[in-house]
Amino acid sequence: MSRRVGMEASFAIAEAVKLAEAEVVAAYPITPQTHIVERLSEMVADGEIDAEFICVESEHSAMSACVGSSAVGARTFTATAGQGLELMHEVLFVASSSRLPIVMAVANRALSGPLNVWGDQSDVMAARDCGWIQYFAENAQESFDLTLCAFKIAEDPQVLFPVMLNIDGFFVSHVVEPLYLLEKEELEGFIPPYQYPFPLDPRRPVTMGAFAPPVLCTETRKALEVALQGTRETILRVWKEFGDRFGRSYKPIETYRTEDADTILVGIGCYTETASVAIDTMRARGEKVVMVHLRLWRPFPFPEIRAALQGAQKVLVFDRCIILGGPGGPLCSEIKSALYGEEKKPKIFNFIGGLGGRDITPRQFEDMIARGREILDSKVTVEYETIGVRE
Amino acid sequence: MAKPDYEITWKDLEIGCIVTEPGSASQYKTGDWKSQRPVTDKTRCIKCGICYLFCPEPCIGQDAEGYFEANLFYCKGCGICSKECPTSAIRMIPEES
Repeated sequence: MSRRVGMEASFAIAEAVKLAEAEVVAAYPITPQTHIVERLSEMVADGEIDAEFICVESEHSAMSACVGSSAVGARTFTATAGQGLELMHEVLFVASSSRLPIVMAVANRALSGPLNVWGDQSDVMAARDCGWIQYFAENAQESFDLTLCAFKIAEDPQVLFPVMLNIDGFFVSHVVEPLYLLEKEELEGFIPPYQYPFPLDPRRPVTMGAFAPPVLCTETRKALEVALQGTRETILRVWKEFGDRFGRSYKPIETYRTEDADTILVGIGCYTETASVAIDTMRARGEKVVMVHLRLWRPFPFPEIRAALQGAQKVLVFDRCIILGGPGGPLCSEIKSALYGEEKKPKIFNFIGGLGGRDITPRQFEDMIARGREILDSKVTVEYETIGVRE
Repeated sequence: MAKPDYEITWKDLEIGCIVTEPGSASQYKTGDWKSQRPVTDKTRCIKCGICYLFCPEPCIGQDAEGYFEANLFYCKGCGICSKECPTSAIRMIPEES
């Protein structure tokens, strides 16, 4: 039977990697991800898991080692954060275009400079176009469950894409929470053995990561994009199967208090849990506010977002990242693009906050919603407002 | 390759664009990149093989008589063989249009 324990989300991810029987972990420690690979290195050293732990000299090397090990057919895991994800950047594209089902946890962190080790989503948002499946866990239980699902999704013969599991740095990664761990017997058969169709093998030589001249490159990108968009069905099926077997199911977007919406707050990551406290308070006052949060980020859940936001008059999007020199926050930018072609469009306004580890309280979410409604009722003159910034 | 590259559609590509046919790069003609090609004066060639060692392609091989010749299907016309030849037996001449 599953055990209820108190555990840090980082350790819960390590427990899931152990249960999934990962064979190779190649990682470089970086805050706030460190506890994940620290725990895994202990498990390898103590013989709790039969895996090779490759200590590398950088994150670029970590992802390169993961590409190699996944290519020979080994179940491969790594974890990183912030600057580490950016140092991996070029290899992220190699992993996805080679269709290698690496699983990586990212404890989302601000990007330098100034140097800041605390949480925001600048790192994943700068890597959003790298061709990986990307989704978010909002607490320790989700981190555990969705790590297990990540291996099953990534290695499915219909998928074969790397999966990035995002958790907010510190607010999720370092928080000890109650959660249910699954036992090995319960998990039996959930993650089938990994079989890459063309593993690197001297008995059947293949070329991976080959060169594609202009006459072929367009075809390769089209094939990659169609395949990534095509992973949706499997992601949904795996999350449903997990729910059917273990009682906790996951969806591309989650909605909270959806009845008779007037204003919808949209977010991604753990701050949406804080925001839902504000939603409850406002609902108690009779205000028609709704929370919609994305779990799936890539492939972007266009149909679910369109359905969830249909009929709303006002949509407020909360981002924990600024697209420098661009339209504001990346989530809002994509929400707007998802709705642009719709006949009936809500008014949309963007708030940015929670940068570099700054807390956002339920009260601030209440103020944000009130302020957003006020702005949308008058003439909108700016792309976004920044929450809590000292003017 | 089953078809020439300009006929390959995105649906024909293997997963991850993996090349499953060993040595298929040998079908890739790089010889049409060059603007000049090497010509060997056999009266000066001492069959030392330095051009063969230096060719970055490497597309220089030995013929039946032991002379070294570039395979013009691959030769990009870089001129390294000509530069390195100790007897100045290799001359680069403009590629005919």
